[in-house]
Amino acid sequence: MTTMKEQKNIQEQFKTRMNEDELLNCMRCGFCLPSCPTYIESGYNEAHSPRGRIALMKAVVDGIIEPDEDVEHSLNLCLGCRACEPVCPSGVKYGHLLEDARDIIHQNKKHSLPARITRKVAFEGLFPYQNRMRAVTNLLGLYQRSGLQSAVRKIGLMNFLPDHLSSMEKVLPSVPKMKEMGNRPVHLKAMGQRKAKVAFFSGCLMDTMFMTTNNATLKLLQIAGCEIHIPEKQACCGALHGHSGEKNQAKEMAKRNIEAFEGINADYIITNAGGCGAFLIDYDHLLKDDPNYCERAVHFKSKLKDLSNILVELNFHEDQNLSLPPQSVTYQDSCHLRNVMNTKHEPRTLLQSINGIRYIEMKDADRCCGSAGIYNIVEAEMSMQILDHKMKTAKQTNAATIVTANPGCLLQMKLGIEREGLSHKMQAVHIADFLLQAVDGKE
Amino acid sequence: MISTKVLQEFQSIVGVENVDDSKAGRLVYSYDATPQFQSMPDAIVAPRTTKEVAELLKVCNAHQIPIVPRGSGTNLCAGTCPSEGGIVLLFKHMNRLLELDHENLTVTVQPGIITLDLINEVEKHGLFYPPDPSSMKISTIGGNVNENSGGLRGLKYGVTRDYVLGLEAVLANGDIIRTGGKLAKDVAGYDLTRLLVGSEGTLAIITEVTLKLIPMPESKKTLLALYEDMDAAAKTVSSIIADKIIPTTLEFLDQPTLKVVEDFVKIGLPTDVKAVLLIEQDGHPDIVARDIENITKICLAERAVSVQAAKSEEEAEALRTARRSALSALARLKPTTILEDATVPRSQIANMVKAINEIAIKHQLNICTFGHAGDGNLHPTVPTDARNSEEMERVELAFAEIFAHAIDLGGTITGEHGVGMMKAPYLEWKLGKEGIAAMKAIKSALDPLNILNPGKIFAKDSRKRVVISK
Repeated sequence: MTTMKEQKNIQEQFKTRMNEDELLNCMRCGFCLPSCPTYIESGYNEAHSPRGRIALMKAVVDGIIEPDEDVEHSLNLCLGCRACEPVCPSGVKYGHLLEDARDIIHQNKKHSLPARITRKVAFEGLFPYQNRMRAVTNLLGLYQRSGLQSAVRKIGLMNFLPDHLSSMEKVLPSVPKMKEMGNRPVHLKAMGQRKAKVAFFSGCLMDTMFMTTNNATLKLLQIAGCEIHIPEKQACCGALHGHSGEKNQAKEMAKRNIEAFEGINADYIITNAGGCGAFLIDYDHLLKDDPNYCERAVHFKSKLKDLSNILVELNFHEDQNLSLPPQSVTYQDSCHLRNVMNTKHEPRTLLQSINGIRYIEMKDADRCCGSAGIYNIVEAEMSMQILDHKMKTAKQTNAATIVTANPGCLLQMKLGIEREGLSHKMQAVHIADFLLQAVDGKE
Repeated sequence: MISTKVLQEFQSIVGVENVDDSKAGRLVYSYDATPQFQSMPDAIVAPRTTKEVAELLKVCNAHQIPIVPRGSGTNLCAGTCPSEGGIVLLFKHMNRLLELDHENLTVTVQPGIITLDLINEVEKHGLFYPPDPSSMKISTIGGNVNENSGGLRGLKYGVTRDYVLGLEAVLANGDIIRTGGKLAKDVAGYDLTRLLVGSEGTLAIITEVTLKLIPMPESKKTLLALYEDMDAAAKTVSSIIADKIIPTTLEFLDQPTLKVVEDFVKIGLPTDVKAVLLIEQDGHPDIVARDIENITKICLAERAVSVQAAKSEEEAEALRTARRSALSALARLKPTTILEDATVPRSQIANMVKAINEIAIKHQLNICTFGHAGDGNLHPTVPTDARNSEEMERVELAFAEIFAHAIDLGGTITGEHGVGMMKAPYLEWKLGKEGIAAMKAIKSALDPLNILNPGKIFAKDSRKRVVISK
């Protein structure tokens, strides 16, 4: 429950902090409605549409309604996929509005004790520190390697968890050992002709749980002719904080990252996770009121590129003879890569240039898979409903491989495959891992 | 406010899950796409069948509770703003295609079906439903019928009214009626079908629609003609029609509109010219080729600086999409976007465009104009800021003059958006006192307690007619 006093504080801050111009920019035409997964999945409920959410935020600012449980639920149920932004003719920055609203609500609300502890541990104690991320990931590795995982599964301990969580446990990747995670190089030379100097944003989850994908990314960049620098001082991108109403923490991370990358003076800053990329490319908005960082953030943003973009730009797909054993492949967009970073053609171009592959476009590939950060845990019901629809369209492609470009999407697609009982004939992979297989021309 | 007892009656008809009286729920149905209008309903009710609608209406009639039927809320006349409270009737459950009749070339649907979903479905079978309002991706057929929506193809094919053959509707007292049917000819009594189409939910609640379909045109060609001055573009429209060519589409966009649209769609629209015409013709390939050739000649004779043909269907579709987004894209300029749809006989397009520009200068306003030039239906739009009350007054004065001018040229105050609340004060200018009285007589005969979308079409006070200096 949000108390009356909390509601009053929230309302006051809505008035002072929400961007009124942006709220007014929504002229309520409704062009966003067909693009919104929660509007569609809720059976066309306006309260779960971007237009409805903006109206609610504006009504709180105008004092027409209080930020009660229903308002909060409407905002919480948003995936933050931002599919509404590219289709908005008025150009409303919905993502920024949502982020601000969530930040105000969470900063003024007394969470339950378990929620408070979880948030504190995750947002303040864990994600900002790469060494701690490694330690925690290492625990997962120990669990997987010690035999405990198979024991737990044998006893059926996981059956006590909700379905989607026990399936999630099954699809987590085998994590590398602590030693491997700690030995990250800081500089790699280009293979063959050097075409560009790039700095690599390694991420937190991507550099621990998905370390093999990061390794594959680095290898691909080297092959494409990139000299790579990996700044040691870089931090988590801050997306999880930003999306969960911990904006100040997010700003701290942003500053650390800007500082870490400034020293390198690379041609490009490369990401391989759509979610991180979208948050990084918004640093200029995040830090717009900070005179020490606003211009530096713009400079940072101007260099940012997703892996797919740089590979296509450097002609990787034409220079390399990419091939794999014959198979059907489809691609699930990362919402943030597509809707915020505007990268949609490049991953498809890369996949279609692999010999042996039959590329099949999935119906509504641009629609969110329901992963959305920790959404699949906190809004499990809606997330699984969205995933079930996604798997229906995925199955229609008859593809053996679903390629993704973001760790959250990757896990969600693996989860979907597991839930559908399709793991014997369908796999989900990150585009970096898949491309590297194609370079080697092996299965 | 609605009492708990009445809410329970609603719940017993449609189920608890289909009645929402939460504050957030009421707030998100307090508006439509019309700027400056917002009003909270008392509850949202979502029926699943005609029978449920009939029972709901009986309850509402007994307690004199206003009912506002609502599709997707994309209308632009505040027609679905619940200005007097009551219930918003949602058709989200009643969205099925009931029958596609290949022998009679008709389709029967429930009102909640999205227009584009219907269009796509019939096109799979080689059939064509021409009305294509710019909001068709979002709007519902029920909404289109209630507002008698137009669209880009209206010039050649007409508007929604021209395709509605039959209706099932529930009257205010709960009686269910059927009008028309799958008939090409039917002169049995008053034409209630035509009466209900465009009645904006004030005469009955439409629960089923039978639509006429036609065969898909065999081919289509799309042109973009560029102009260095607006007048030349407007004259081209009149010349094409005068040359007895009826294109499928003949749309007009001025430079400010072009710029914001290009900012959104980024397809390389020419933003350095003063105006463009988007022209399409469809039909037999030979006739299309002949018409397109003639249209091109006319454009060039009327001082078009260039006439470009779309190279592919994708390119043509991109142009149409660009045009459809014009209104919303104009919201990029200023926080509030006020648009009208003054309409004149198409021979008067050039005069109307000229008058709009003069009115803009007179009131020191930036008026962007686009619209369905071919059918005389223009959308003069003012990007403004609702917080600037002084400018808002000038906007109102300017629009009053635009309406007055349109009527003087033999036109009307609304070509396709409907009267709703927005145009209600001006309706008398078009109809006269006697016309209003006739319409009110119909309204009170069918809805004596005034529960069906009250506050729409008929204003409490009509606005004083401004005198236009010619």
